[in-house]
Amino acid sequence: MHLKPVPDPEASALAAQEPSIAELERYATILRINCVRMLAVAKSGHLDSSLSAADIVAALYYRELRHDPTKPDWPQRDRFVLCKGHAAPIQYAALAEHGYFPRQDLMGLRKIGSHLQGHPDMNRTPGVEVSTGSLGQGLSMCVGICLALRLDGLQDTAQVFGLLSDGDCQEGETWEGAAAAAHFEVPNLTAIVDYNHLQTDGTTEEVQDTGDVRAKFEAFGWDSIEIDGHDMEAIVEALQRSRTLRKPAALVCQTKKGRGVSFMEDRFGFHGKPPSQEQAEEALEELEAKLAEQDEALAAGGGGE
Amino acid sequence: MAEAKTDPIATRHAYGDALVALGEAHEDVVALDADLAVSTQSIKFGKKFPDRFFNCGAAEAGMMSMACGLAATGKVPYASSFAVFASGRSYDQVRLGIAHNELKVRIGASHGGVSLGEDGASHQMIEDIALMRAMPKMQVIVPADYNQAYRAVVDSYERIEEPLYMRFGRPSTPIVYGEIPETLGDGVDVLREGKDISFFACGHMVWRALEAAETLASEDGVEAEVLNVAVVKPLATEAVIDSLAKTGVGVTAEEHRVTGGLADAIREAAAEQHPVPVFALGMNDEFGISGTGEACMEHFGLTAAGIVDRAREALLLKPIVSHPPIHGSGASGSGAPPAR
Repeated sequence: MHLKPVPDPEASALAAQEPSIAELERYATILRINCVRMLAVAKSGHLDSSLSAADIVAALYYRELRHDPTKPDWPQRDRFVLCKGHAAPIQYAALAEHGYFPRQDLMGLRKIGSHLQGHPDMNRTPGVEVSTGSLGQGLSMCVGICLALRLDGLQDTAQVFGLLSDGDCQEGETWEGAAAAAHFEVPNLTAIVDYNHLQTDGTTEEVQDTGDVRAKFEAFGWDSIEIDGHDMEAIVEALQRSRTLRKPAALVCQTKKGRGVSFMEDRFGFHGKPPSQEQAEEALEELEAKLAEQDEALAAGGGGE
Repeated sequence: MAEAKTDPIATRHAYGDALVALGEAHEDVVALDADLAVSTQSIKFGKKFPDRFFNCGAAEAGMMSMACGLAATGKVPYASSFAVFASGRSYDQVRLGIAHNELKVRIGASHGGVSLGEDGASHQMIEDIALMRAMPKMQVIVPADYNQAYRAVVDSYERIEEPLYMRFGRPSTPIVYGEIPETLGDGVDVLREGKDISFFACGHMVWRALEAAETLASEDGVEAEVLNVAVVKPLATEAVIDSLAKTGVGVTAEEHRVTGGLADAIREAAAEQHPVPVFALGMNDEFGISGTGEACMEHFGLTAAGIVDRAREALLLKPIVSHPPIHGSGASGSGAPPAR
């Protein structure tokens, strides 16, 4: 396959740093802690769906995305679309940590007067490219963004990353988008599937088996690979590789819903349910212990790749 | 500017012609279609600007979300299909991706109503005006003829920043506007003045309303006022109320369900600002049927004769005592409460 050169547009201040794998893992823990805190205060939202995507989102925002929080509409920026809009807390945490808005805004999640809606809203929250929340629409929106970038001569510059859920893959429209991306030969689209196998009514296998999602994307004409969605090194490598391809790329990430919080991890029954006070405390205790451990390892010089 | 048409021609041709003019004038205009580009006439744009034209195949939901992505990245997408797919099939995509985001997307919905004929109920969209009128932030335009449709499409680029739904028809229909109008204005034009009864019509029913007014004048000595309501939302209520205040009774005519469409837009305004009887002619609680376009219109009574019959019934029930109108805030969005 022909590879395209990785472009080097005018780098933003953040792009100058390149965190190591260990540092990215630590950032993922920070995002998870933010999510637990937000949900504990909001008493509403999708915590486990946010946690399963934490490693992917950390890899994107801290390393792979070329973005500039001081210029959210920088035309050359990479685009991130949270197709699985219900995982909004994880994106909000990443945006706040990068200074798109003050960290304290996170505590307003889902409350009247806050700009942090239950699902991402492009007209309210800086850094949100397009509003999502109705499963299935995101991938086609990404294709539209890619086509606009093509017309602006930016298709070899700006990559568009869409993060989908297994629910997205049950929606027919996702496959309309997959077909369109292949038909219009968009080279700058990366679809990341957070395949955590759990949905509102049960496991995806019980509810409506999504099957071999990797093979499905491949059959639609995409480059398609499957990775462990909690293996930071694999995530980073796959994201970087996708940018070099001359066709749309699918990364099917096998993940665990609720990842990082033992009582929730890979367990059915937490979708769309906020943690109780006790659950939140237990989750924070575990995640903060993890963070301390990661801090210690990094201080000891374990941060190199 | 294109030349005004004089012979009968379908409003969808105005969409295609005006789209080309927009493409020439504005580099950010892009067009999308869903395998109906010849029917909707977006093919004309596609031939002229192949790089800016995206045929999405029979995938209307995906098309609307792609339009959202294009608009979010600075383009002005015109997305077209049959009205049934452009509204019903892709309602959720239009709702969240386009209307909720208040994106500058224009939807070209062709083959509205039963006059598309032979394809029958599956394709005859008779509730799209209601759907799109109910959708927050969406404006709804139903032009009366080619010349007005051309103006509506050309003006749509700059008319508003919010999304627009424009409904066009399949069959050739008579010309109502002798010239391409200078402007779409507030969307309500008095085409014929009268003192006895107000006709509010849109789309294919406008020329029929003019014909009905002619019949009433010659056979009954009744002077009907004919208003073309091309912009159904936001409704220019002042023009509507002024007419009702003058005549005291109204009849609406649309190629659409009598629920939620033009009839209800007029009745909402009347009920709040000048409660007089307003009778509706349109599709009742029924789906369309196969036949030629004209036969379908006749089957459902959507004809000049149908308007005359409805007017004669209405005139019998016209209140004898009139009262002054309670003028609201003028051209408020339909459904908005009157100013207090």
